[in-house]
Amino acid sequence: MNVGSRLAWRNLWRHSRRTWLTVGAMIFCNVLLVFMISLQLGSYGMMIDNSLGPFTGHAQIQHKDYLDDGKMRQSVPAAAALAQQVRGDIGLESVSARAVGFALASSEERSFGVQISGVQAAYEPLVSTLPGLVAQGRYLSESDNDAIVIGRVLATNLRATLGDEITFLGSGRDGSFAAGVATVVGIVDSGIDDLDRAMAHVPLGWFQEVFAMGDHGHQIVIRFADIDAVTPGLAALAPQLDLGDELVLLDWDALLPGLRQAITSDMASAWMMYGVLVLLVAFSVLNTQLMSVLERTREFGVMLALGMKPSRIARLVGMETLMMAALGLSIGVLGGAAVVAYLSVAGFHFPGMEEMASQFNLPDRIYPEVSALGLLWGPLTVFVMSVFAALYPALRIFRLRPVPAMRAV
Amino acid sequence: MSSIRCNDLCKTFEQGGETIVGLDHVSLSIEEGEFVCLSGPSGSGKTTLLNAMGGLDTPDSGRIQVGDAVLTDLSRGQLADMRLQNVGFVFQAYNLVPVLSARENVEFVMQVQGVDARQRSQRVQEVLAEVGLEGLESRLPAELSGGQQQRVAVARAIASKPKLVLADEPTANLDTRSAAQLMGLFVSLNQRGITFVIATHDSRVMGYARRLVKLQDGRMISDEAQEPTAMVV
Ligand SMILES: Nc1ncnc2c1ncn2[C@@H]1O[C@H](COP(=O)(O)OP(=O)(O)OP(=O)(O)O)[C@@H](O)[C@H]1O
Ligand SMILES: [Mg+2]
Repeated sequence: MNVGSRLAWRNLWRHSRRTWLTVGAMIFCNVLLVFMISLQLGSYGMMIDNSLGPFTGHAQIQHKDYLDDGKMRQSVPAAAALAQQVRGDIGLESVSARAVGFALASSEERSFGVQISGVQAAYEPLVSTLPGLVAQGRYLSESDNDAIVIGRVLATNLRATLGDEITFLGSGRDGSFAAGVATVVGIVDSGIDDLDRAMAHVPLGWFQEVFAMGDHGHQIVIRFADIDAVTPGLAALAPQLDLGDELVLLDWDALLPGLRQAITSDMASAWMMYGVLVLLVAFSVLNTQLMSVLERTREFGVMLALGMKPSRIARLVGMETLMMAALGLSIGVLGGAAVVAYLSVAGFHFPGMEEMASQFNLPDRIYPEVSALGLLWGPLTVFVMSVFAALYPALRIFRLRPVPAMRAV
Repeated sequence: MSSIRCNDLCKTFEQGGETIVGLDHVSLSIEEGEFVCLSGPSGSGKTTLLNAMGGLDTPDSGRIQVGDAVLTDLSRGQLADMRLQNVGFVFQAYNLVPVLSARENVEFVMQVQGVDARQRSQRVQEVLAEVGLEGLESRLPAELSGGQQQRVAVARAIASKPKLVLADEPTANLDTRSAAQLMGLFVSLNQRGITFVIATHDSRVMGYARRLVKLQDGRMISDEAQEPTAMVV
């Protein structure tokens, strides 16, 4: 060790309690930041997954007016063929064509308005989470014709059980009267009432027949490996597609604009709080280092008198701060990582979370995300700000004159 | 190289609205290789004069030249370099770095100078032996007696082989035997060409000097050559 770092290290432990208090503040702040940021990232991830998973997917091809208007005639021609083409283009099976309409669903006893989706039985499970949540019976298969899978709440409302027939009345794409009868083969329980109330999946072919769609659909739903693959995936896909004037390729942000907004505004308020936290720690470092510089005036006076340059002494103070900050960083990251690793398995719950949870289709337990960003962002900021905070005490050294400094008590 | 020319130095201090005279028109020339004692009562300006000669403090007026360098014209950074390279200081209150051991305190100046580690440790061993501190190398200043700390301070001042040693009451805390030993060391270093200026009111120390300068109230009241009366042991 050179004279600088040796001096710095020993100086730190001259007042070990004070040093530990400062390092402790850093550690506390770092653990808290790691926990909060990981939790935040985890909840965003879940928010996105849970919002997009049941229905929206990561991207869709639609008629250009369908998103705003949602009329039946704003449809995608040759939907199944287009879906097949996209599968080839992106090299993923998880592309499914869908047609969506509204109809009056009637069982023997009751009638309800429902949203009914015509889906590709083979591909729908690859783009949506709902087919995996069948609680009774089974999901649609490719050989089904007039079969239907409905949500648990809808089933209760209609007092329908497996094997019951449900009649649909609505209007077709051309405005004609549409009617069909399908047999319940499965009931889905997603745990989210709003979803279970609206869900009704029938085979795409049957839907097209009943609603006079021809080979049209309304959405080509695309799901990538994960959310980070969406942007590059779409960038690669877009030039290969010839969508003409009528069709558009929309990503999840365009499909569900509220989602990113909710995340952004939540982030903004959180960053603010983190900023205050980091500032508090920086002030505690400033205070500690200022005190430690002031009480060593005499000693620094001697060093100056012996011919050491103020810049070298200032570097010494900088190095002390760096060492403290490095301690705070390493212990803080380790501690934070331990907490987050545990909670990423056990989950985290706090009171009042249900409201937000239901709003974004979240379960009431959040699993923090273990990621480099979550682990390092906070502690690195604390590190940088701490070193920055020591600037003022270090600069004071340039004002010292050897003789008066040596006379100081 | 290490001759000192002080010309008409004046220095006052302000304290609580009062003006205190530190140096009052002091002119003094010291040639390379001299062994000079500054004496005078407490508050007479000994430390103030040493500080000025060592480039630690600048006088209000007058001119100081050490070797070829006119200290009163140098910047603070240049003064620091001059001190680092040429001057060994023994401060009145030994002023050791409390977190460094005796060895490390002695090493300090050489380390700042950038002397390599092997050469340093060899030199430190040598110097600590010369001041009679073998075996105490790894003690912290707080674990040493006043006299021992003083000797560490002396070792620190001479370790880097400066051309000029400015010592402020170097024997204040030493018993007669240690004081005599230390002065013996100074005399032998002086014989190798190092210039010594020692501020003291210890008559034992004045006995080693070939020249005695007396100060009072910041003025030089006498400057006399003398035959050393003390015998080097
Ligand atoms: N920084 C200062 N502020 C105020 N007064 C000072 C300062 N430094 C020195 N003095 C005053 O200047 C005068 C000379 O002081 P100096 O320290 O040179 O005396 P000295 O001869 O070394 O005394 P001693 O033998 O007690 O060390 C004294 O009256 C002292 O009080
Ligand atoms: Mg003095």
